Amino acid sequence: MLEIILFAPLVGALIGGFFWKAIGEKPAQYLTTGLLFLACLLSWVVFLTFDGTTQHIEIMRYISSGSLDTFWAIRLDRLTAIMLIVVTTVSSLVHLYSLGYMAHDENWTEDQPYKARFFAYLSFFTFTMLALVTADNLVQMFFGWEGVGVASYLLIGFYYKKPSANAAAIKAFVVNRVGDFGFALGIFALFFLVDSIDFDTIFTKVPTLATTNLTFLWTQWNAADLVGVLLFIGASGKSAQLFLHTWLPDAMEGPTPVSALIHAATMVTAGVFLVCRMSPLYEFAPHARTLVLVMGASTAFFAATVGLVQNDIKRVIAYSTCSQLGYMFAAAGSGVYGVAMFHLLTHAFFKAMLFLGAGSVITAMHHEQDMRNYGGLRKKIPLTFWAMMIGTLAITGVGIPFSKEIVGLPIGFAGFLSKDAIIESTYASGSMYAFWLLVIAAAFTAFYSWRLMFMTFYGEPKGDHHAHDHAHESPLNMLIPLGVLAVGATFGGMIWYNSFFGSETIMSHFFALGDHATVPGQGAIFMGPDNHVIEHAHEGPMWVSLSPFIAMLLGFGVAWKMYIRSPELPAKLAEANKPLYLFLLNKWYFDEIYDAVFVKPALGIGRFLWKKGDGEVIDGTINGVAMGIVPWFTRLAGRAQSGYLFHYAFAMVIGIGILMTWMTLTGGAH
Amino acid sequence: MGNLLSIITFTPLLAALILALFLRGGDEAAARNAKWLALAATVLTFLVSLLLLTGFDPHAPGFQFVEDRPWILGLHYKLGVDGLSVLFVLLTTALMPLTIAACWKVDVRVKEYMIAFLVLESLMIGVFVALDLVLFYLFFEAGLIPMFLIIGIWGGKDRIYASFKFFLYTFLGSVLMLVAMIAMYVQAGTTDIPTLLAFQFSAGPLNLAGWQIAGGVQTLLWLAFFASFAVKMPMWPVHTWLPDAHVQAPTAGSVVLAAILLKMGGYGFLRFSLPMFPVASHLMGPFVLWLSAIAIVYTSLVALVQQDMKKLIAYSSVAHMGFVTMGLFAANQQGIDGAIFQMLSHGFVSGALFLCVGVIYDRMHTRDIDAYGGLVNRMPIYALVFMFFTMANVGLPGTSGFVGEFLTLMGVFQVNTWVAAVATTGVILSASYALWLYRRVALGDLVKETLKTITDMDLREQIIFAPLVAMSLFLGLYPSSVTDIVGPSVAALVQHYDTQVAQAPALMQATQLAQN
Repeated sequence: MLEIILFAPLVGALIGGFFWKAIGEKPAQYLTTGLLFLACLLSWVVFLTFDGTTQHIEIMRYISSGSLDTFWAIRLDRLTAIMLIVVTTVSSLVHLYSLGYMAHDENWTEDQPYKARFFAYLSFFTFTMLALVTADNLVQMFFGWEGVGVASYLLIGFYYKKPSANAAAIKAFVVNRVGDFGFALGIFALFFLVDSIDFDTIFTKVPTLATTNLTFLWTQWNAADLVGVLLFIGASGKSAQLFLHTWLPDAMEGPTPVSALIHAATMVTAGVFLVCRMSPLYEFAPHARTLVLVMGASTAFFAATVGLVQNDIKRVIAYSTCSQLGYMFAAAGSGVYGVAMFHLLTHAFFKAMLFLGAGSVITAMHHEQDMRNYGGLRKKIPLTFWAMMIGTLAITGVGIPFSKEIVGLPIGFAGFLSKDAIIESTYASGSMYAFWLLVIAAAFTAFYSWRLMFMTFYGEPKGDHHAHDHAHESPLNMLIPLGVLAVGATFGGMIWYNSFFGSETIMSHFFALGDHATVPGQGAIFMGPDNHVIEHAHEGPMWVSLSPFIAMLLGFGVAWKMYIRSPELPAKLAEANKPLYLFLLNKWYFDEIYDAVFVKPALGIGRFLWKKGDGEVIDGTINGVAMGIVPWFTRLAGRAQSGYLFHYAFAMVIGIGILMTWMTLTGGAH
Repeated sequence: MGNLLSIITFTPLLAALILALFLRGGDEAAARNAKWLALAATVLTFLVSLLLLTGFDPHAPGFQFVEDRPWILGLHYKLGVDGLSVLFVLLTTALMPLTIAACWKVDVRVKEYMIAFLVLESLMIGVFVALDLVLFYLFFEAGLIPMFLIIGIWGGKDRIYASFKFFLYTFLGSVLMLVAMIAMYVQAGTTDIPTLLAFQFSAGPLNLAGWQIAGGVQTLLWLAFFASFAVKMPMWPVHTWLPDAHVQAPTAGSVVLAAILLKMGGYGFLRFSLPMFPVASHLMGPFVLWLSAIAIVYTSLVALVQQDMKKLIAYSSVAHMGFVTMGLFAANQQGIDGAIFQMLSHGFVSGALFLCVGVIYDRMHTRDIDAYGGLVNRMPIYALVFMFFTMANVGLPGTSGFVGEFLTLMGVFQVNTWVAAVATTGVILSASYALWLYRRVALGDLVKETLKTITDMDLREQIIFAPLVAMSLFLGLYPSSVTDIVGPSVAALVQHYDTQVAQAPALMQATQLAQN
């Protein structure tokens, strides 16, 4: 069954990509979509029937060299099962949505078929993502890791006629490669230390790493911390964490369903998945874990500040994604990997929905993405409006505080449960830095989310009135995915709250931890015997539990004040605080700084090495020596062209050959 | 089949002989016959060489398919393969038919062109199967001549400069190797390679003109061989002949140069430097590792700013060869397995990339990147193939390009983390220059008037690329197929190397040095 889940999308991708001419463009789209729904159905069966015992299915040998012996294999444990449903559910819905969204596209002329290609890419992406989450060792994971990178590259650059799309595609790939640099070194280090890159072997040997020192570059490192840091560099590339986040906003150049699938729900969460997968390691690497926590919280804050002032609807959601990924890392860094996965799951639902909703708005508005040209759309596209509303309620974390204490069950939208769990956990972990940044980020989240809603759906129509007049609700195949995701965004948190963040017994059972496992590698995640963050989180002070709720109300209130009550306020504020406004609008100038510090110097050095290094120093020296004999050679060359030398040379070579052949055949000088 | 290796080695030469002696006339029919004969001969060679694969036992120690006959002047004509060499023979025989097919459109001196390639094939195979120093040297050096002529006669505008640069660089390196070979004969009293492999060359301290030389004779011999192989690889800083040679060489010449000829240096290190001079290799290891790391970063940066497609790919080749030398001198299983894998993979991938350039060069007669743009609009098949090999070139897992880089880096990490870290930045840079090249050539809107009528790859071209794609995928998805064959030989080599290094007492000081 797992094999079908894994390979069905690949089959779809191959047929959609190479044989759509034979079966037709429409059937190719339906086929890929159908196969994805099959994979999705089976994934849910696996998830719901899974008993927690880790399974391994070997498919084929992969790289083997000396003591390195790796397989293409499927690993099924709770983490994989969760990722299976996240990936296949969102992917199948996005396939369905794309049937409508991609039906007409002004970027292509009549004779340029693009639909089958798009679906093939989507399915290919899904396959590589599944390969990533089902990996049983780090190289196969790296295969999936780079595979999703390529799929992302292809899909961001899907409109290959647009220079901006091509630039964004390259940027995504290269920045991810910077992360892969760390990931790869992490793998090498692990192999060096434990002589294997299979998860099971690594996990059992992790405790020894905590007491091992390793010389890496200039100094001695604690082995576990070093590997943890290196792997986290990889994770921050894929999950767009601070310093390696610059590619994600640009990735919005891709078609909107792509943003929903890859750059919101699945691929960008791979880094979080990696950290959770390696939880046994991080449990023994306190410094690396602190780094994860600090970077996660900083990213959550940073991205939220930028999201406050963006005007492109997709960029707002992109920065929001970046910020929410920061929350997940903060959870993992606090040592509550289950909560990181919880937020990953709920976020997949509501963020995919926000993106698909945004896509619906963009379609309705004839590919206008600037929110300043929206306004008053809720009457024109009511279903999309309600979907977006649910998404906003979910992401901002609307729910009933203390409902758990009162009725025994927490009541609220998905984000209310998972995000609040993270904030409580960071408080419990003792990092006030992370706690406060996340609370502030929660207020910012509420602000930019409601700002988006107000600018888009409320107020007076702005911009091109022609676009507003013709705004229309999307077709059914685009609305159904929104509906399904809305269910997830509404109830997902409540359904799984106890499994991911409930009492220790329920959680242990869900992740098959054994009795607060003492041996790493038994369950899907590992929490060391000293890790009591979850218990502390549940027993945290009342004001801590309430703080994200208050932050949310605050963000909503300010957004309402600025965009409904007195719409002239934002412009005034921006004018009054111009430097700050520009700083945020220009995303803290990361792109400009990187361009000046990395890109331009690299090109400059390249040019210098080429012209001066190769040209003057190396060739200059060697040519200088050779110059004396060159005239003589030139004369010889003239004869080479006339053919004489050619004949001489060949006569010689063939002569040697004949001699050898003769020797061989006659047995030589016997 | 006692003389299978001889048959494989000399079938192409025989075909060349037939062409030279019996094919008369310069008309079109003669040219066509020449091509077909050459193609038939190379295909036949390839098919026969498959017998090597079926008959080869990876776990048998020593050489297989050995032929040993007395030869002129008391020398021996001795051939044989082991796990280190057998796949290079197959690489050569597999690529040559594609190379011949790739020069189907040539119309200048077709007969001679075919002869050149056939002779070259024999000589290249000879290098990989020779088990006698003199024989090896003959093949190794004679191979220069046809390549020199291919560049010098059928090359581009500045072919004379490029061909002489190619010839001089590689030849001067080889002269030192010849001297070393004579010295080896003097010391060991034989030119038989298997015997030399077991011979222990003196590593005692040596005083030369007031210079104390660590590793003694071994070091001197090692340096002499190094001069030759480093140029062949080519390693930084003696790499500058390669971009020029590639730019001027005709497409098929570039393919052979990149795919096969560059492997001779690596093979030489494997066959001679590491097993025969282990103490010296160990002493000089850090030096080679650093040259390799520099090569990877340096040439990748230079590749970033190239305007000529072939030059860009040539520089990328140098970077990829950097991984090879790095893996070899990491001198452990992963490193050497990876280096061999990288060489094989590079054979298919870089060969294919030069063919990709050839496809559009045949149409537009320019290699200037700026002359292109938006080809995907009119050449979807080409764009797909080019994309595939671009990804293989940047080492995407699932393609063959990944495995070699991964294993060599893994190998070197165990020896020197600085080198590993510097070299790993190569994966970032390679992605930058390769995707940037692809974007400028294939993506964007097709606006240039000259490109408006360009046609996609025809059937012949597709047939040439199909096996290359297949091989690159096969090796990428099932790399064990290669490591199973080379693994035991590499293991024996590593074991021999380690024992030798451990035995050399004078080396203890140097060991600490190497670990820094």
